[in-house]
Amino acid sequence: MELWHGLIKAIELIISLDPEVMEIASRSLRISVAATVLASLVCLPLASLIYFSHFPGKRALINLVQTFFSIPTVAIGLFVFILFSRAGPMGGLDLLFTPTVMVIGQMILITPILLGLTISALSGIDKAIPDTARSLGASRLQTAAVVLREARFAVVAAVIMGFGRAISEVGVALMVGGNIKGFTRVITTAISLETSKGDLELSIALGIILIAIALLVNLVLNRIQQR
Amino acid sequence: MSLVKTVALGQKYGERDILKDINLEVARGEVFALIGPTGAGKTTLLRLLDLLDTPASGSIYFDSIDATRSDKLRLKIRRRMSFVLQKPVVFNTSVYDNIAYGLKWRGLTGSSLQQRVRHILELVGLSSDKDRNAHTLSGGEAQRVAIARAIATEPELLLLDEPTANLDPNSTARIEELVSDIIQQHNTTIIMATHDITQGQRLADRMGVLINGEVHQIGAATELFTSPQNREVARFVGMENITDGVVAASEAGLVSLDINGKSIEALSDYPAGAEVYACIRPEDITLSPSAAPSSARNSFRGRITRLTTVGALTRIEIDCGFPLITVITTRSAQEMGLAKDKPLYATFKATAVHVLKRD
Repeated sequence: MELWHGLIKAIELIISLDPEVMEIASRSLRISVAATVLASLVCLPLASLIYFSHFPGKRALINLVQTFFSIPTVAIGLFVFILFSRAGPMGGLDLLFTPTVMVIGQMILITPILLGLTISALSGIDKAIPDTARSLGASRLQTAAVVLREARFAVVAAVIMGFGRAISEVGVALMVGGNIKGFTRVITTAISLETSKGDLELSIALGIILIAIALLVNLVLNRIQQR
Repeated sequence: MSLVKTVALGQKYGERDILKDINLEVARGEVFALIGPTGAGKTTLLRLLDLLDTPASGSIYFDSIDATRSDKLRLKIRRRMSFVLQKPVVFNTSVYDNIAYGLKWRGLTGSSLQQRVRHILELVGLSSDKDRNAHTLSGGEAQRVAIARAIATEPELLLLDEPTANLDPNSTARIEELVSDIIQQHNTTIIMATHDITQGQRLADRMGVLINGEVHQIGAATELFTSPQNREVARFVGMENITDGVVAASEAGLVSLDINGKSIEALSDYPAGAEVYACIRPEDITLSPSAAPSSARNSFRGRITRLTTVGALTRIEIDCGFPLITVITTRSAQEMGLAKDKPLYATFKATAVHVLKRD
């Protein structure tokens, strides 16, 4: 009965575009989109570099990257916390418990997924593609760009997977963000803390929004993979 | 002066020699065919010539520039040529963009780029397909796109690797026509690899026979067909009958060869006692039921050991003291009532026998 009541209230909150719900949801989106875009800017070229270079231990590196796909979010949270805490190496920046450090934490969290999936996207491209590009006069950079372009659907899928992991994680956001109301509170941290405080309506409303985002991400991913 | 020259070029995969001591010179405007069986190293050689791979030994000169020096120089030289790989891969984008790629990489933009692409599309007959995704093209069309995009950059040297390897006869004819057009209109220097010697003959000025990583002979098509320099080349150019023999007598360019106790007359200058191979094309041997009086000096009674019909042609193996293979039309084989063990006469002229020294 309480659940039913909560659900009705939650839907009311969403339909009425409740300022608090909207504010939390939009912050979640902004932080995770920023983390995904920034991580992609680093990871896509880096993945190409790894894929196109030949060096000893390349296979081992790729295996290591894949191992980190499922690293617990709290482990990353702990790592970033230590890094940015007052006594830590980056403590001087005074970034702990800010949206900025949440973005950094989520970037680190999704880097293995972006790297690994982009490398496997590139591996899926016919080896004759880079040869063809070079034979038509492409430089190294132009060759890498063309292979990345050929793998675009799989690369976009990798980016979306990264975004999905960023928006749905709670460990990093809670540990380095601190769930400060109106400043670092995001969907997942709000749900985990509001529930324990008994504010089920807000939690359910945010949960529905999170599921809706997940659904949307999945739909987009499916569309891409069907091409 | 030669446009491309290789000096003692060699390539290895691990410890295995793929190419050994390749010395080639191809002149500007020349069409040169590398012929040889599959696995001879043709693709490896073309990849080296396009500067895609680094040779294990030797050097390549393009327009007298040593192309084996720096990466930057290699890219610069590579941009003066184009290479159509054996398996045509097209980029997953429109036909138009596929052709524009090489031009964009060379810094061409705007209307000059558009004009060039349009012109090439017309040349290869794909104007109406310019907006199609290249992945939806047939094998022959994809190969046309591959060639189109290679010639769009107006290369000084065009490298073609088995341009018709996986195509049906119609598409093959169309590609060959396209290549002839390019030769005529652009006077492009071409080096093409093919296992089809007749294709080399149709398109090339000169051919080089590559077998097991080594160039065995270079020359015009007729030269290769009539006077192969060794057993491997003889076999590759279709001299299916290669038998061991010894020169029994030699006089004024005419020799008589002892082959398994039988005597064959041939044209050669080798002295008596020389160990040789007698090479005869199957097409040069005629069959008759009785020893017909003929100007041909060589006529042997034999027995059919095997008949194999391949479409319109029938291949007949005969034992006449030594084995002979001949090819006649299936129709005449039926008319003559040829069958296994049937006795008949195999006849060939002294000029049909190519004598090679055994080493």
